[in-house]
Amino acid sequence: MTGRLAHRLMLASAAPVAAVVIAVVLSSIVLLISGSNPLAAYADMVEHASKLETQVDILNRATPLYLSGVAAAIGFRMNLFNIGVEGQYLLAFIVSAHVGAQVELPAVLHIAFILVVAMAVGGAFSGAAGVLKVTRGVNEVISTIMLNAVVISGLAAWWIVEWQAGGEISATGGRVGTEPIAESGLLPNINSWLEVFTREIGLGKKLTGMLVVAVAVGVVYHVILNRTVFGFDLRSSGANPTASHVGGVSPKRMVVIAMTLSGAVAGLVGMTELMNTGYYPSNPISLLGFTGIAVALLGRNHPAGVGVAALVFAFLDVSSGILQISGAASREIVEIMKGVIILTAVIAYEVVRRMREREEAAAAAAAMASSPAAAS
Amino acid sequence: MALAIELTGITKRFPGVVANDDINLEVAEGEIHAICGENGAGKSTLMKILYGMQPPDSGTIRIGGEVVELHSPAQAIDLGIGMVHQHFMLADQLTVLENVILGAEPMRSLGRIDFQTGREHLDEVGRAYGLDINAHDLVETLEVGERQRVEIIKVLYRGAKILILDEPTAVLVPQEVDELFRNIRELKAGGATILFIDHKLDEVLEIADTITVLRQGRTVGTVKPEDVTAHDLAEMMIGSELPVPDAGASTVTEEVALAIDGLRVIGEGDRAVVDGVSLSVHRGEIVGIAGVEGNGQAELVNAIIGLDDPDEGTITLLGREITHLSVRGRREMGLGYVPQDRHRDGLLLGFTLWENSALGHQTETPYSRGPWLSRTGMKDRASRIKADFDVRTPNIEVSAHALSGGNQQKLIVGREMVAGPAVLIANHPTRGIDVGAQAAVWDDIREARAQGLATLLVSADLEELIGLSDTIVVMLRGRLVASLDPNEITPRDLGAYMTGAALETDVA
Repeated sequence: MTGRLAHRLMLASAAPVAAVVIAVVLSSIVLLISGSNPLAAYADMVEHASKLETQVDILNRATPLYLSGVAAAIGFRMNLFNIGVEGQYLLAFIVSAHVGAQVELPAVLHIAFILVVAMAVGGAFSGAAGVLKVTRGVNEVISTIMLNAVVISGLAAWWIVEWQAGGEISATGGRVGTEPIAESGLLPNINSWLEVFTREIGLGKKLTGMLVVAVAVGVVYHVILNRTVFGFDLRSSGANPTASHVGGVSPKRMVVIAMTLSGAVAGLVGMTELMNTGYYPSNPISLLGFTGIAVALLGRNHPAGVGVAALVFAFLDVSSGILQISGAASREIVEIMKGVIILTAVIAYEVVRRMREREEAAAAAAAMASSPAAAS
Repeated sequence: MALAIELTGITKRFPGVVANDDINLEVAEGEIHAICGENGAGKSTLMKILYGMQPPDSGTIRIGGEVVELHSPAQAIDLGIGMVHQHFMLADQLTVLENVILGAEPMRSLGRIDFQTGREHLDEVGRAYGLDINAHDLVETLEVGERQRVEIIKVLYRGAKILILDEPTAVLVPQEVDELFRNIRELKAGGATILFIDHKLDEVLEIADTITVLRQGRTVGTVKPEDVTAHDLAEMMIGSELPVPDAGASTVTEEVALAIDGLRVIGEGDRAVVDGVSLSVHRGEIVGIAGVEGNGQAELVNAIIGLDDPDEGTITLLGREITHLSVRGRREMGLGYVPQDRHRDGLLLGFTLWENSALGHQTETPYSRGPWLSRTGMKDRASRIKADFDVRTPNIEVSAHALSGGNQQKLIVGREMVAGPAVLIANHPTRGIDVGAQAAVWDDIREARAQGLATLLVSADLEELIGLSDTIVVMLRGRLVASLDPNEITPRDLGAYMTGAALETDVA
C-alpha cells in the first residue's frame, strides 16, 4: 500500500514540478537570447528570497493571491469561470472601507464587521452573475467581465470621489482615498508569530494578519468541499450536472450558491491592504483577481495546491524587484516565467491525468479477466 | 467462390484488454455474412479495423485477394468498403440527395455542385439495388427505417461493394426490420457483399448465408444457418445457455405505490409530449412501457423523477402527492432511478466508485450524518454493492470510467437497490450491456419485486418487456394507447401496437 501511495503522490506532484522545471529551462533560453546570464539572475532571486524581510513580502503578496485563487477555484469546481474576482474584490474593498469608517465598534467586532461586509458585497455582486446565468442564460464569463467594468470604471471611480476624505489621509502625505478606518477596525500584524521561530523582522516590514484569515479560508474550503454533503453536491454538480440533477442536486441552485461563495471569498482579497492601511486609496492594488485565476489553475483548485501556487507567484512577483535593482536581468522575465509555468502546467496535468486513467482502466480490465465468469 | 474479405490472425490490444485475439474471417463475394457476439466480444473493434478506423496490432487483411494495409476510412471506401453506423450520421435539415452527395459532390465549373448528375447517379444506385427513396425529401421528415436506407444509399453511392452494417436492427421495430431485410436481399441480388453485425439470434438466422460467432475477442466458429438453432448460437456466443427474462409467479399486491393521473407535459412548439397519461404501479408489480423511442417515454420519466415540471395532472408516491416536489425530496421518499444513459445521467466518471455509490442518496444514512459526509458509510456501501451485485473492479477507489459498461450498470443498479427503494424507475436498464450483466440486472429487479418493489420499466427490448412485466402499456405520441397482458402477446404484435398499426386495424 505504501508503494501505491508513493506512486500516486509522485503522479500528483509530477505535473507541477515538470511545469516549473520546463519554465526555468525556457526562461533561461529567453534570458540567454536577451543577453543576460540566467544563472546570475536565479542566484539573485534565490539569495534575495532567503532574507527574512523578503519572505514577509512574499507572504504578504501570497495572502491575497491565495484568497483570489480560492475564489476562482470555487467557481472552477462548479464548472464556472468567475472572471469577475477582480471587480468583486475592488467593490468589496471600497464599500467595506467606507462602511467600516462610519462605525465605531470594539476591536474584534469592528474587524469582523468589516470582513463580513466585504464578503457580503463580493458575494452579492458575484451571486448576481449566477442569478443572471440561471434565469436568463447569460454566460458567467460575459456577465462577470461586464460587471468588472461596472466596478472598475464605474462604481469605484465614482465612489472614490464621492467618499473622498478631506485633506491628507496618510502620514506619508499627498495621497487621496476614503475616510480612514479607526484603529479598532485594523487587523494587527503577526510579526511576533514569525519572530518566535527566527529573529526580529527589520526594515519596518509587517506580516499581514490576513494570512491567518487566508489559512482559515483554505481549511474551511477543504472541509466543506470534501467532508460535507453540500461539498459533494457542489463537486458532483460541477463534474456532471445532469447526473447530479438526477441525483437530487438542482444545478441552478448550485450555480447561484457557488458564484456567491466565490464572490464572498473574493471580497476578502482586498482586505490585506485595507486591514493594513485603513482606507481605499485612489490607486488600490489591482490585477489580483486575474492572477488568482492562474493561481487556481496551477494549484488544481486544491486548497493546498492553490497555496503552493500562490507562494510561487508571490516569490516571482517579489523577485522581479530585485532583478531590476541588481540588473542581472529584466524584470519582465518574471512575467514570461509565470506564463510558461501556466502553459506547461496545463499540458502536464492533462498528460498525468491520461496516464492515471490508462492505469486504472488496465487494472479494471485485469480484474475482469481474472474473474472466472467474465463474459465480456 | 471468390473471397471478398479474408482476415487472418487479426489481433488488437487496448491497455489491459485484448479486444481481438487472432481472429480469422472469410467472407465470400456476394454473401450475407453475419458476425454475432455479445457486447464486448470484439465485433465493433473488428469492423473498425476492417473500415480503416483502427490499425490491427498484427494480422493481415485481404480484400478481393490483395493484401492491404488500411489506415483510414477514406482508403477503405476506395477499396469498395462502406460502413453504415448504428447511429445515423445525417444532416436533418438537408434533403436526401444533399445528404447522399455530401463530401462526394459532383462538381461543375466554378465550384458549383452538379445536382443533376448527383440525382441521376442516386437514381441509378437506387434502381440497381432496389432501394426506393425520394431524393428531395428532407431527412427530418423521414422515419427511422427510411433514414437507415439513406445511410445505405450514401455508402453505395460512393461505390461500395462490401457493406458493413453495424447492428442495423437495434433502432427498428419488427415491421421495419422486415423492410430492411428485403432491402438487404436486394443488395445481395445487386452483387453486394454484406457484413451484418447483430446479436439477435432469430434475425441472424433469418437473413444470413454464413454466421461467424465471436466470444471474448476470438472466433468461436463459422456456421451455416441451416445447420444450427438459436440455442446452438447462444451457446456459442456465451459459452453457456442464453438467459431469458422471466418474471416468475406474480407478486402483485393491492397496494398502489406510484399513481399517475392525467399527466400532461407540453414540449416545444406547444405540443403535448405526454398527453393525459394515467397509470398506477402496485407494490410487487412491474409495469412495462413499450413504445418506439421519442413517443414521450423520456418526458414521462423526467416528470416522475422530478426533472421536468408537468403542466397538468398529478403524481402520487406512496400516497403522497409529489407532482411538484424536488428531485431530492422524491429520492429521499424512496424513488430509485436507473437512467437510460449511464454516462450522462448516472455516473460521475472521474469520481471514485465509492463516491458514485452515494450519488443520489448522499443525504441519506449511512452516506451522511446531518451535513457531514460519512466516508466509512459510503465505502461500506460501495464494498457491499461490489460484492452483492458482482461489480468487477480491482477496488472501490478506481474511478467510474475505468469500468466496462456492464459493470457500470451493475454499480448503478446496485446503488439504487441497496438504498431500499419503494418504487424503481428503470429506463432501458440493460441497454448496451452484455448478456451476463443483463441477466444479473434482471435477477436484481425480480428479486426486489418479490420483496414488494414497484417497478416502472421503460425498454426498447421487447423480449425484456414481455419477460419481466406484469402489465405492458404502449405509449404512442404521448398517450397510453393499449394495456396488454405479457402472457398473451408476441414481440411482433407488440411491435404492431408500438407503430400504431394494430390500433388502426382495430378501428377498421
